[in-house]
Amino acid sequence: MARIIVVTSGKGGVGKTTTSAAIAMGLAKRGHKTAVIDFDVGLRNLDLIMGCERRVVYDLVNVINNEATLNQALIKDKRCENLFILPASQTRDKDALSTEGIERILEELSKEFRYIVCDSPAGIERGATLAMYFADDAFVVTNPEVSSVRDSDRMLGILASKSRRAEKGEEPIKEYLLLTRYSPERVKLGEMLSVDDVQEILSLHLLGVIPESKSVLSASNSGTPVILDEESDAGQAYADIIARYLGENRPHRFIEEKKTGLFSKIFGGK
Amino acid sequence: MSLLDYFRTSKPNTASLAKERLQILVAHERSSRNQPSYLPDLQKELLDVIRKYVNVSQDAITVHFDQDGNQETLEVNIVLPEDR
Repeated sequence: MARIIVVTSGKGGVGKTTTSAAIAMGLAKRGHKTAVIDFDVGLRNLDLIMGCERRVVYDLVNVINNEATLNQALIKDKRCENLFILPASQTRDKDALSTEGIERILEELSKEFRYIVCDSPAGIERGATLAMYFADDAFVVTNPEVSSVRDSDRMLGILASKSRRAEKGEEPIKEYLLLTRYSPERVKLGEMLSVDDVQEILSLHLLGVIPESKSVLSASNSGTPVILDEESDAGQAYADIIARYLGENRPHRFIEEKKTGLFSKIFGGK
Repeated sequence: MSLLDYFRTSKPNTASLAKERLQILVAHERSSRNQPSYLPDLQKELLDVIRKYVNVSQDAITVHFDQDGNQETLEVNIVLPEDR
């Protein structure tokens, strides 16, 4: 039986697809068979972030409409044999998604996969509500910024009332906070909400903090999930998140300002 | 501005302002989240009934739901026009 994770945020541009790509790769690298599904019908981008955009033949909507089988549509990752990508359709609109169709796909995937990561589109329309409907866990991606925090809280309300678990009166979806684009320097200057502030407002369990990092853009430029950049702070932060999610105890990092030594002050470290 | 002022003026802490605004907003939005879903329909039907007898405008009726512990209050406020 698979565990279904939705990566959601409400607001756009906070790092949902970056996070989906990173955690799916992270789970797969840990040896768990993982599928990652792009729910952003009409504006697919997960394929680009994963670097498999030229290998897309069939998509999620084709499978829903029985125009292709799931195995035909799933793209096997070339870097990790445990990872498969199900791209969204670029030509249809969000109404092409049906609850029954998604349920059938998730059921079929559940037989073979350990984790299913659902990359939600921004907003609260069909694609976003369907991405979260069947979820067991929710990764709420939030930036330390007012509109993002507000939208995250709105998504928490929807998770608590409009999911299958909520409608069936089952144990609620487990919600985790992923604070992205965090800048400890700006927090120290009083220019940015701190991780404690955001946690206090949303009262969520913190899974990890991803620092603002140049490596995220480099990774997307090259179509490599940032978690594969093991040297980078963002890559390490995502690796920590996977470890914590899998039950390991890892102290939080990237919350405090980096200590710059005299050497890097003079010569300019990275 | 003297040199002393230059050192004294610290930048306003906008992060704490953001936190304060968010706390108020989120508390408000959470309270309206728990409203029963029939409220808009109730409001519309009440308006239709009242309009059978009195010509009131769309915004003449407000339906407010409050939850305080175990007690739920439904407050319906109708403003009748002055000239009948």
